[in-house]
Amino acid sequence: MSKAIIQIRDLHTRYGEHEILKGITLDIFPNETFVILGRSGCGKSTLMRHMIGLQKPDQGSVFVKGIDLLSAGEKEREQMLKKIGVLFQGSALFNSMTIGDNVALPLREHTRLEKSTVDIMTRLKLDLVGLSGFETFMPAQLSGGMRKRAALARALTMDPDILFCDEPSAGLDPIVAVGIDHLILKLKKAFKMTIVIVTHELASVFLIADRIALLHDGHVVFLGDKAAFKKDGNPVVRQFIERLPDSEPLDGSKYLQTLIGDSFHGI
Amino acid sequence: MSVEIRTVQRGSMVLVEVCGEVDLYTSPQLRAEILKMAAGKNLSLMVNLECVTYMDSSGVATLVEALQHVNRNGGRMVLFGLQAEVKEIFELTRLDKVFDIRSNFETAMKWVTA
Repeated sequence: MSKAIIQIRDLHTRYGEHEILKGITLDIFPNETFVILGRSGCGKSTLMRHMIGLQKPDQGSVFVKGIDLLSAGEKEREQMLKKIGVLFQGSALFNSMTIGDNVALPLREHTRLEKSTVDIMTRLKLDLVGLSGFETFMPAQLSGGMRKRAALARALTMDPDILFCDEPSAGLDPIVAVGIDHLILKLKKAFKMTIVIVTHELASVFLIADRIALLHDGHVVFLGDKAAFKKDGNPVVRQFIERLPDSEPLDGSKYLQTLIGDSFHGI
Repeated sequence: MSVEIRTVQRGSMVLVEVCGEVDLYTSPQLRAEILKMAAGKNLSLMVNLECVTYMDSSGVATLVEALQHVNRNGGRMVLFGLQAEVKEIFELTRLDKVFDIRSNFETAMKWVTA
């Protein structure tokens, strides 16, 4: 197998006293679609923020194409980030700008391309995501699915080597969501990108993933392909696949302590 | 990343040879050279992409702009020698329906002289 394009080693993150990631080690390889799966609040998005250099680990390291984004020099870091595309959960389009201006923005900010070239590139990317003719529309004039596609076009503007997608189907109806999944598959085939997707949508995972990492309680409890995931006997994996609710018995004294706080110790 | 561009003109026929990687940083060089050639009237512009190992959407956009100029000036344009990966980008962006694309110099020449 080729050398990992993203290497995560013993990554720990805390929010206050609460440890979210408890020593994550992962390798993501070029041209694969890697899905980070887990329940809400399990640290999936936090892990993604580490991979795009938006968050500093309390311990451990993250290397993207052999470079530690946090310790890299400003120029090196900027060059690296230019080749990374991010589709944020809420689309993160600028509401005061047209769809065309949103998509063109990275090119205007980070390249010296002529306006005519930028205009053609913008229309090419909008056509790729099925939004030809919508460049003069404002984000508020589009549906949720169309906004997501526009955000995807913007994430692709600089022809990234790695595309990160945070909950690409969140808030979309199942038909629109599967349309986004198919679009991601098409783009991967054409541009040979490495795609990292954070999600909890199983239908999406089974359609697009090459490999899956299941996060639970700050650890990777499963790492492998779709076939292995479906057959895995780990209770957390089974709970996910069989859509089972939590069945942990309630610890009465712990629950009482939670409810009454410190005064519990004075009883 | 670098790109090399050579141009040859014989009468109304112009050959542009592009070599290397055409990306966000090198496509302005391609744009300058190819638009200079595309400015002539009634030209046949042949673009050799045989030794282009990588082309991103800025390269593709530059060729679209050249095509626009050539058409406006009453000429025509053909691309030839596209490597598989470059060809895929044209197919994905549906530009294989916009450009005349031939496999090699001989078939491109045949198209120009037809």
